[in-house]
Amino acid sequence: MGKWTRRAFIASGTLVGGGLLVGVGVGVAIRPGHRTPELAKIVESGDEVLVNAWVKILPDNSIKVIVPHSEMGQGVHTALPMMLADEMDADWSTVSMEQAPAHPEYATFHLARHVILPGKVPGIVEDTLTGVFLKASEIMSLQITGGSFSVRSTGQLGMRTAGAAAREMLINAAAEEWQVPASEIRAQNSYLHHDASKRSAPFANFAKLAASLKGPEQPTLKTPDQFKIMGQSVERLDIPPKVDGSAVFGTDIDLPGMKYAAVKAAPVFGSTVVSIDSAAAEKMKGVIKIVNLDTGVGVIADSYWQATKALQSVLVTYTESAANKLSTAGMFEQFGQDMDAAVANGKEQEDFVKGDARGTLAQSDNVVEAEYRVPFLAHATMEPMNCTAWVHDGQVELWAGLQNPLGTRDFIANKFGYETDKVTIHNVYLGGGFGRRTLPDYPQQGVQLANALPGVPVKMIWSREEDIQQDHYRQAVISRFKAGLDESGTPISWENQFIDKHDPVEAPYIPYAIDNQFIHYTSSPTHVPFGAWRSVDHSQHAFFTESFIDELAAVAGKDPYHYRRDLLAEEPRIRKVLDSAAKMAGWGKSMPAHWAQGIALQSSFNTIVAQVVDIDMSSGKPRVDKVFCAADAGFVISPDGFIAQMESGIVFGLTAALYGDITLKDGAIVESNFHNYKMVRMNNSPDIEVKIINSGEPMGGAGEPGTPPIAPAVTNAIFAATGKRIRELPTSKHDGSYSLS
Amino acid sequence: MVELIVNNVLQKIDVEPDTPLLWVVRDDLKLMGTKFGCGIAQCGACTVHVNGTPIRSCVTPVSSVVGKTITTIEGIADSTKGTELHVVQQAWIDHQVAQCGYCQSGQIMSAVALLERNPTPNDSEIDAAMSGNVCRCGMYGRIKAAIKSASNQVQMYQPEAMAAPSDSGIEENNNG
Ligand code: FES
Ligand code: FES
Repeated sequence: MGKWTRRAFIASGTLVGGGLLVGVGVGVAIRPGHRTPELAKIVESGDEVLVNAWVKILPDNSIKVIVPHSEMGQGVHTALPMMLADEMDADWSTVSMEQAPAHPEYATFHLARHVILPGKVPGIVEDTLTGVFLKASEIMSLQITGGSFSVRSTGQLGMRTAGAAAREMLINAAAEEWQVPASEIRAQNSYLHHDASKRSAPFANFAKLAASLKGPEQPTLKTPDQFKIMGQSVERLDIPPKVDGSAVFGTDIDLPGMKYAAVKAAPVFGSTVVSIDSAAAEKMKGVIKIVNLDTGVGVIADSYWQATKALQSVLVTYTESAANKLSTAGMFEQFGQDMDAAVANGKEQEDFVKGDARGTLAQSDNVVEAEYRVPFLAHATMEPMNCTAWVHDGQVELWAGLQNPLGTRDFIANKFGYETDKVTIHNVYLGGGFGRRTLPDYPQQGVQLANALPGVPVKMIWSREEDIQQDHYRQAVISRFKAGLDESGTPISWENQFIDKHDPVEAPYIPYAIDNQFIHYTSSPTHVPFGAWRSVDHSQHAFFTESFIDELAAVAGKDPYHYRRDLLAEEPRIRKVLDSAAKMAGWGKSMPAHWAQGIALQSSFNTIVAQVVDIDMSSGKPRVDKVFCAADAGFVISPDGFIAQMESGIVFGLTAALYGDITLKDGAIVESNFHNYKMVRMNNSPDIEVKIINSGEPMGGAGEPGTPPIAPAVTNAIFAATGKRIRELPTSKHDGSYSLS
Repeated sequence: MVELIVNNVLQKIDVEPDTPLLWVVRDDLKLMGTKFGCGIAQCGACTVHVNGTPIRSCVTPVSSVVGKTITTIEGIADSTKGTELHVVQQAWIDHQVAQCGYCQSGQIMSAVALLERNPTPNDSEIDAAMSGNVCRCGMYGRIKAAIKSASNQVQMYQPEAMAAPSDSGIEENNNG
């Protein structure tokens, strides 16, 4: 865990009513309230401590955990309290949670440490980190839910320490009161017991005294065999309000006197408003104001329906540029030309080099080449982007589902010239995130609209069309490969060139033992904005590398599972996951005509996932019958929650593999709603079986790693069933082209 | 002014007749459990029951349901006697179905309507009834499992429990 855990800093305080409040930071202690304002120094010294994770014991002996991450369905509002409660020996049935406010005291500081110290800030938040104090912002303004980090950073480094510290402080308080050695006291289910004198009392009795004691510098954490709550499947705390309609999402915000807004932005990204003709709209019933948003137009009205109708009769002209001529075909042509030019001019941007790939390729008798493509993809969260904002008394209040509430607060303050403490963020349930809700564009529009009507709260909801056409997209990519095989069919050289590199760094790297590798990329910018999309670069690169290794196996005349397996001799952990998936699936079992299996694996966010797909091609279109998924995430806190995340990631990736296609025509996005941006639905959703492998290695993520392997597992299965290799997604482009004999 | 019976309450609402029922339910009646997902009958997030039949409220002008009985997610619990939750809602908790949860009101409304019509649906009947509801979080397997376990429960409650609520005792409410 690095130098940040040398010493834990425990802060405590007394709650109104006598409860105990415990927080924890790591590093060298600085008391809360003594934070140096010189942010740059913080970064350099690396010794700053923020109190970042809190637990409260209430007078009725119940426990409340404050969680600095957003709940978007991944179960983090349950997993993090589990970690804290377990270390504390709390009674799980009395544990509740509340979401931390968007305040620097609750920055997800451990995430910053986890991510930034060895490298750079994660790309998913770059857009919200602006200004000269970028470096300082990296430390100060992170309250991010993304990158599958919550459990393994905040949870492992913060929540568990806070829970263990709270337990030790309570025990010390009881020792003082009972006049017995602390070592004779044990904690269990929110009670303290001294067995020798048969005394027992609830945590709450000692909370006040505990709060006055000095916290332990390094509380002792449990070993996995001591876990009582971690590793168990518990019911998620956020599910009951999600079955009776009472959970409050951004779209559900309702404020007194609130007005409603509908917006439409320039269809071509980067264009700005030249003129607005709103004469007709202004006359329509309920319309209050037409707002020029610079990059689009908004209508504020008494009702959302009135705003939506009026928006349709607003005529806007926009600036034009070369981008207005770009189509998907032209874009891929541009990518290809830029890739050719980079190689011709020796301008490859080096990503990973090992041995001499080009030298060995030149000498190889058996060179395999292939080119793959994936399109742009939109996030299409179930809840369209929305924001309610209220500008009043020199400040702005904002209600929205945000993956990065603190960064958004800073962004809004900078953009509109507020002091940060004049911006209040109310974060609510997210109707899906997948990376989309790390971006501050929709809060910005919300505030622009509210600014046009000071003193009045305005709720803006995007149409689905807006949500799909004004997204920040998964990058469209071309990826080219060359591999040289020796006489036995084993690859000895691997060259890979692809378009644009984002995060994480290791996404294009392969686990296979190939001595000579040259992986490089070429930038080929377009006007289409990039956004982190569930697993970021992993979902494209897993498709590329796991398809190409499958092609090599075919050329070598070997079974694709065993071919991979042989190349993983030095990666026993990965090999074990691959073996598990193959075993679950009964790899090689006999199947009906036109059925086949495909296999793929990808390690992402410290979690290794292998999947086998059973596919049925008898209708001429892929029907995924079953997915077998094996995953090693080190240790899984909540098995059922983890399984749900794998299921979710698989269906998300399957939608992309089968249907996902965002295309450009005249610079604008063509797809607009679920009729032409199709989703996997119940009738084409496969059965999914998940096996968890708890290897005890450092914890990995859950939200994203299920997504990357599914696309290549499907296309590899299609190849096995039909002999046709899919090199361009989605597979729906190829429907009707399979030869079934 | 339109009159609707929503969750057994007679509502009088001053709204333009072409307004989709979705926005009337949400913004005039403040029943926020019914969600907006697409606006073109493609996702099912806005599903409510009109006289017991599931419909997409985003494309249903309020004028077309005047005088009809409308049930939203907030109104289904009492249809199973003696529990705070409808058996389908309880099955959703038992199977830990929701992730982000945004689609789930619509999923539950479609499932309740299916089981009222057909208490023992087979897989393809479930597929047919539920494929209008998108779950971007991909919880289809759990939804199906929850419907199957609710199906067993529903049979135990038959026939009285699943009968349509009687018209007696309708409260009146004026939102005009
Ligand atoms: S919002 Fe009505 S079907 Fe999608
Ligand atoms: S639970 Fe998120 S869309 Fe269904």
